[in-house]
Amino acid sequence: MSKFKQTLGILAATALLGGPAMAEELTIGLASEPTSMDPHFHNLGPNNAMSRHIFDRLILQDERQQLIPGLATEWYPIDDLTWEFKLRQGVTYHDGSPFNADDIVCSFNRAPDVPNSPSSFGIYTKGKTVVRIDDFTIHIKTPRPYPLMANDVSTIVIVSSDSGCDATTAAFNDGSAAIGTGPFKFVSYSPGDSIVVERNDDYWGEAPIWSKVTFKPLKSGPTRLAALLAGDVDIIEGVPTTDITMLAKNAEVSLSQGVSNRVIYLHLDHDRADSPFVKANGGGAIDNPLRKLEVRQAISMAINRDAIVDQVMEGVAIKAGQLLPDGFFGVSDKLAPVGYDPEGAKALLAQAGVGDGFELTIHGPNDRYINDAKIAEAIGQMLTRIGIKTQVETMPRSIYFKRASRGGPDDTPEFSFILVGWGAGSGEASSPLKSLIHTYDREAGFGASNRGRYSVAAVDALIEEALATVDDEERAALLAQATEMAINDVAIIPLHYQVNTWAAKKGLKYIARTDEYTLAIGVIKE
Amino acid sequence: MSVPADSAPGAPEIGVETPFQRFRAEFFESWIAAFALGLLGLIVVLALLAPWITPQNPYDLGQVDVLDGKLPPGSRAYTGYTMWLGSDGAGRDLYSAILYGLRISISVGVASGVIALVIGSTIGLIAAYAGGRVETVVMRLVDLQLSFPAALIALMLVAVMGRGIDKIIIALVAAQWAYYARTVRASALVESAKEYVEAARCLGLGHARIVFRHILPNCMAPLIVVGTVQTAHAIALEATLSFLGVGLRQTEPSLGVLIANGFEYMMSGRYWISFFPGIALLLTIVSINLVGDQLRDVLNPRLKK
Amino acid sequence: MTVFIIRRLLQAALVVLLMSLIVFFGVNVIGDPIDMLINPEADQAEIERAIKALGLDRPIGEQYLFFLKGVATGDFGRSFIFGEPALKLILHHMPATVELALTALILAILIGIPLGLFAGLYPDHPVSRAIMAGSILGFSLPTFWVGLMMIILFAVVLGWLPATGRGDTAVFLGIKSSAFTRDGLSHLAMPALNLALLKISLVIRLTRAGAREAMHQDYIKFARAKGLRTRRVIGVHLLKNIMIPVVTVLGLEFGNLLAFSVVTESIFAWPGMGKLLIESLLQLDRPVVVAYLMIIVVVFVIINLAVDILYSILDPRVRLREQGT
Repeated sequence: MSKFKQTLGILAATALLGGPAMAEELTIGLASEPTSMDPHFHNLGPNNAMSRHIFDRLILQDERQQLIPGLATEWYPIDDLTWEFKLRQGVTYHDGSPFNADDIVCSFNRAPDVPNSPSSFGIYTKGKTVVRIDDFTIHIKTPRPYPLMANDVSTIVIVSSDSGCDATTAAFNDGSAAIGTGPFKFVSYSPGDSIVVERNDDYWGEAPIWSKVTFKPLKSGPTRLAALLAGDVDIIEGVPTTDITMLAKNAEVSLSQGVSNRVIYLHLDHDRADSPFVKANGGGAIDNPLRKLEVRQAISMAINRDAIVDQVMEGVAIKAGQLLPDGFFGVSDKLAPVGYDPEGAKALLAQAGVGDGFELTIHGPNDRYINDAKIAEAIGQMLTRIGIKTQVETMPRSIYFKRASRGGPDDTPEFSFILVGWGAGSGEASSPLKSLIHTYDREAGFGASNRGRYSVAAVDALIEEALATVDDEERAALLAQATEMAINDVAIIPLHYQVNTWAAKKGLKYIARTDEYTLAIGVIKE
Repeated sequence: MSVPADSAPGAPEIGVETPFQRFRAEFFESWIAAFALGLLGLIVVLALLAPWITPQNPYDLGQVDVLDGKLPPGSRAYTGYTMWLGSDGAGRDLYSAILYGLRISISVGVASGVIALVIGSTIGLIAAYAGGRVETVVMRLVDLQLSFPAALIALMLVAVMGRGIDKIIIALVAAQWAYYARTVRASALVESAKEYVEAARCLGLGHARIVFRHILPNCMAPLIVVGTVQTAHAIALEATLSFLGVGLRQTEPSLGVLIANGFEYMMSGRYWISFFPGIALLLTIVSINLVGDQLRDVLNPRLKK
Repeated sequence: MTVFIIRRLLQAALVVLLMSLIVFFGVNVIGDPIDMLINPEADQAEIERAIKALGLDRPIGEQYLFFLKGVATGDFGRSFIFGEPALKLILHHMPATVELALTALILAILIGIPLGLFAGLYPDHPVSRAIMAGSILGFSLPTFWVGLMMIILFAVVLGWLPATGRGDTAVFLGIKSSAFTRDGLSHLAMPALNLALLKISLVIRLTRAGAREAMHQDYIKFARAKGLRTRRVIGVHLLKNIMIPVVTVLGLEFGNLLAFSVVTESIFAWPGMGKLLIESLLQLDRPVVVAYLMIIVVVFVIINLAVDILYSILDPRVRLREQGT
C-alpha cells in the first residue's frame, strides 16, 4: 500500500508540472449498472451509489462510512424512543420547489412501498414512525430503544412531495420525476448504454467541479480497463487485481485504493450430523467433523492467507481475523488473522480423531466476489495438503445462492463448506453479527444469511443486547465481545477483506470509499 | 444429374484398386494435408501420453500449489522441476495442463461434433425425403433449437446435473444438431428432385437405400464443410461457455478453460497464461480442418475427374 | 404461396408457445431470481415481501398461466431487475444489435464470396492456399479472445479506434443508426469484424466447395464449350448454383448474429440485445429471457421462411412444399 502512495505522489507531481487543461466533463466506467433511476426501487449498491448524485438523504455517509449531515443538520435522541432531526433550510429541488418536512414524511412512506420492487428499503423504515413537528423539524419514533437510527436514516433517499412521492418508477426512468436536491441533475438514462447528469449550480453543499458526468456500464474487467487505456473513459471502478501491478508502473494512470467493508469468509456446516458434502475417505458416511472445534481450527490454520493475498489477490487484499477491518465501529482489538501452520493443523485433526483426513467439497460462486473461483481453488489445494481431500465446485451466482441458502430439504442450506462474502452496509459490526452469526430465526429476522446454521445462545444474547443499547461506547464493547466469542469458536473462517481499486487517467484521482460506491464528487483533480 | 448412382464412395464394386489404396493415394497428393495429418497425429499421441511425459498431474490439487502461480516460462517450481511454458494463476504447470487439456478438448469437440452430425443429418435427411407432417414437425423443432442459446442449455444442465465432460457434450450437441439438420435438408431437397432419385424409386429400391446410399453421398460436400467448421467451433464454444462460467470444472481444465482463465491476464503482460493454450488450440483446430478439407475433396464424388 | 406463408405462420405460433413453456420452466430450474435481486442485508420478512411483489410466491404453473394471459393482451411481463416492461427493454436494445448484425453480415458476404470463389476456381494457386489457411484461423480461436486482442491492438496500443460502446447516431432515410456517422463507424468497425470473422470463414469455405464442385459439372463445361466468356460463366451460371447452401447457412447465421452476439457485445460493451440477454440470463430475469427468446423464435421462423422462398427463386426445381398436407 505504501508503495502505491509513493507512486501516486510521483504521479501527482508530474501532473502539476504540465499536461493539458482538463475538460470539465467526466466519463466514468462502471463495473455494475444501476437498474433504475427510481431511488426507492431497488435497494442495491449500484442504485444507491447512483442516487447519491441526483438526490440527498437526511444523513450522508462519507468515504469511511462515517455519518455526516445531509438534509438534516443535526439529530439526537430526545427520549428512549424518539429521535429529533433538524432539517436544512433554504434547500431547493432541481425544479425550484422548496424542500421541507413534508418531503421526509412522504419519502419514508414511499421507500418501503414501490410496486414491483425486487428489494425494498423496508428493512430500514421498519418500525419507525415519522412525525412532522414543523417545516424544519421531524421526530422519528420506535417502539423499542433503537441505536442504529442514524445509520438507517442515512439509507433513505428524500424525494419531493410535489413531483417524486406519487411518481411511478417509469417516470423516474424517463427523467420527469428524477428531480432531487443532489449535486447533479438528471439528463438522460439509457439502460445498458449510459447515464448522463449535469452539475446543479444551486447545490446547497460544495458544488461539484464537473459540469457533466457520463456513466457507462462496462461489466467485463479487461474491457473496462481497455476503455480507460484507450481514452474512452476517464476513470473506472473495479480494476481487475491481475492488472494492478502493471498499472502501477504506468505513468498515464493514477490508482486509488481503499479497504472495503467486505469480508470474504468460509461458512461451515455446524448443524447436520450427516453433512451431504463431507465424506469419510473413500466416500462413506462420516459423523460431520466440521462440528468439532479442533477441525474448524485446523482448517483455519491450514489456510495460507498470505499466499491468497499475495498470489491470488495480487497483494490487493488484507488478511482478515474477524468480520470487519480495523477502524470500523464495534470491531475487536483482540483478534488477529490466524497464522499458517499446516503441521499444527494436522496435529489438531489427529486430536479430533480424523488424523487420516476426510473428503470435503468447497462450493463457491465464480462471478460474485473478486477472484472468487481462484480463492476456492487455492483453499482446495491447501486443505488437500493437510489430508482433507477437497473437491472444488464453483458455479454462477444464479445457481449458487439459491442452493447455498435453501437448496436442501425444507429450505435448509444445501452445502457443507462454502465461500461467501459479506459487506457491512451499515458500516458497523452488528450487520454481519446479526445476519451471519446469530441463530437463524425467521420471526425475529435474525440469521438470514447464517448458511452454516451456527447457533450459540450466549453469542445470540450478546448480539441482541448490543442491538438494544443506545450508548455508543457500551454497544461497541458488546459487539466486540460477541465477535470475539464467535471467531474464537470458529463460527466462520475469515479469509481477507477486499480492497477496492479505482484507476483514473493522469491528473485525476479518486477518493477511495469503503462502501465501494463510485461517486463523481469523489473524483478530484490533482 | 449425371452422377451415376453407384459411384458413391466406398462402394465395393469400384475399380481393381481397393478403395482404401485409392483413397490413401489421393489423400497424400497434397503435402499440406499430409503435414497436417502428421501434426494431428503428433498432437493426439502427446495428449494420450500426457500422464507419462508431464512433470505434474494438473488435476491433482495436492500437486498444484498456488505459490507456483503465474510464473513466467522457464521458471523453477517449488517442487523442483522447470516450468518451460510457465504456470497459470492456480499454479498449474502450463505444459502439463495443455497436454491434459488437449485430451478433454479433442474428445469434447470430436464427440459432440460426430454425435451432432449423425443425429442432425439423419433428421434432416428424413425430413427432406419424407416431406409432409414429418418435415413440418422436424423443421419447426429446428427453428426452436436454433433460437435456443447454448448458454441457457449449459446453465440448465449445470444447475440440474452439475458439471462434467458428459454434460458439456450434451449441451454442445443440443446446440449444434440443428445446423446439420438444416444444411442436409437443404441439399437433400435439391437432390430428391433430381432424376437419379426418381430413377432409383422407379427401380423399386427401398427408402433407406435411396436416402443413405444415393441422396446422402451427394449432400456430403456442404455437410463436411459445416462439420469441420462446427467441430472446431464446438471446441471454441466450450471455451466460451467456460468464459461465461458454465463450462467445465476449473480444477480439471480443458484448453478452453485454460484460455478463458488466461483471458483476465491478457492486459497484465502475463501473455503466456492464455497464449500457449491458445497456440495449442490453434494448431489442433487448423490441423483438424486441413485434414477435413482434403477428406472432403477426396470423398466428394462430384470432384472425380 | 399465400396459403404456404399463412400455414407457416400458424406453425410458428405453436413453436413460440412451446418455446415460452420450455424457457419459463427452464429458468426456474436454474435458480431463484430472488437471490439475484435481494439486498444481502434483507431479513426473512423482506425476502418474503419481495417474492410476493414479483409474483414468485404462486405455483410455477399458475405463474405461467398468468403470463400467457398477459401475452394475449400484448403484455410480456415486467423485468424483475429493471421494473420496466420486458418488451420495451428489448425493443430499446434492438436497433444497436440489428445494426451490428447487418454490418457483420455484409462484411461476411463482401469478403467471403469473392475470396471463396477465387479459392474454388484456382484451388492450387498459392493465394488460394493462403485464403483457406486464413479462413481456418477465423474460427479456431474463441470470439472473446480475438475480441480482446483486437481491442488491445487497435484501441490500446495503436489508438486508432475507440475500445467500447456505440458512437453517435444520425438519421438517414428515416433510419436512426450509428453507421451514418464517422464516430459511429469507428465504434462499429471492431465489433462488427469480430462478429463477422466466423461467418467470413464459413462463407469462404461454402463458396469454395460449391465452386469446385460446380466446375466439374456438365452445365459449366457446356457453357464453356458454348464459348461463353469466363466472367459470364462464373457470374451467372456458377454463382447461381452455389448460392443455395450459402443462402441457407447465411440465413441461419444472420439469425444467429441477431440473437446471440452475446460475447462480442459483452466484450465491446455494445448496448445491444445480446448483452441484455446474457445479463438477464445470468441474473435470472425471467420475463426478459422468455420474451426475448419468443421474439427470436419468430425471427428464426421468418428467416427460414425467407430462405425457403429464396430457394424456389434460385432453383426452380425446388417447389415450395405444402408442408403438413
